Amino acid sequence: MTGAANPATGMPERTHLFTYAIALADDALVLGHRLSEWSGRAPMLEEDIALSNLALDLIGQARLLYDYAAEVEGQGRNEDQLAYLRDAHEFRNILLVEQPNGDFAATMIRHLLYAAFMHPYFEALARSTDPHLAGIAGKAVKEMAYHLRHASEWTIRLGDGTAESHRRAAEALDELWAYSGELFEMDGGEAALVAGGVAVDRERIRPVWQSTVMRVLDQATLDRPGDRYMQTGGRAGRHTEQLGKMLAEMQVLARAHPGVTW
Amino acid sequence: MPEPMMPLWEVFIRNRSGLPHKHCGSVHAPDATMALQAARDVYTRRGESVSIWIVPSTAIIASDPAEKEEMFGPTGSKIYRHPTFYKIPDDVGHM
Repeated sequence: MTGAANPATGMPERTHLFTYAIALADDALVLGHRLSEWSGRAPMLEEDIALSNLALDLIGQARLLYDYAAEVEGQGRNEDQLAYLRDAHEFRNILLVEQPNGDFAATMIRHLLYAAFMHPYFEALARSTDPHLAGIAGKAVKEMAYHLRHASEWTIRLGDGTAESHRRAAEALDELWAYSGELFEMDGGEAALVAGGVAVDRERIRPVWQSTVMRVLDQATLDRPGDRYMQTGGRAGRHTEQLGKMLAEMQVLARAHPGVTW
Repeated sequence: MPEPMMPLWEVFIRNRSGLPHKHCGSVHAPDATMALQAARDVYTRRGESVSIWIVPSTAIIASDPAEKEEMFGPTGSKIYRHPTFYKIPDDVGHM
């Protein structure tokens, strides 16, 4: 990659853009793959199809972002190589999305925390000075609006449902809350992109994320988790053990049969 | 009888503006809002829809199959109700 070095980070702008696009793509792919693990196992047929729909939305977003990252990188890699031939430490996704599905409540709480952020984030990214990212975000924002609606409605019904569904939702919220801080993390490269109007200041999304999540939790009769230590490391490639296991399954075919098509 | 936790809902889809909603199947869901989402996810995945109606299955009043003869039998002998005895001028074209 070539290009003028950014004075603040000492790295070329294109390196930042590649890393940024990869991070967004990894978030979408990892969560999309997690949701696809529900296929054939969801609590009811309707939800089985719904979860697969959500998974396909996210994998579609990941494909567009990988494709763009590959173009920015200019090293001849393609979306498949970026998705299937990188190891866990090269993935830049936040830890939230790699957490195992757990029960249905955990899957919905995880999705609520993510979608409540990504919907307003893509809304803002659709006004990016980078027309390619703006286009991808413009498509994704409609998808995330439905993701947020689906996760919100289920969270409300699980939290305000039976004693057992309330307990499971509360436990999932308590477990996953510590992974929500990473949604707002930005490194120097991303901050440089924000300054250039390419990326979105994640901190600016916090008020709307908080009000969305709190409104849903209130309706769901779930207590807001207290302030606590927030997990971190995903953006730097330091992942929980869960990602390695997930990638082993996701990548096995592409690695065992290089170049195979199916 | 107690309310089931996941009652059945009938789904009607309108494929294009101007056409009527058509029954396309049913979904299980805890309430009307979720039934609408389930119908969207199950029956509109290929971009075929512009509108969805949801009706509780219990709200459907159905005819009794045992009364088939008295309900539908008498029309069998009244073929003159089919509009097949009119001569349509060629200029009218397809009707």
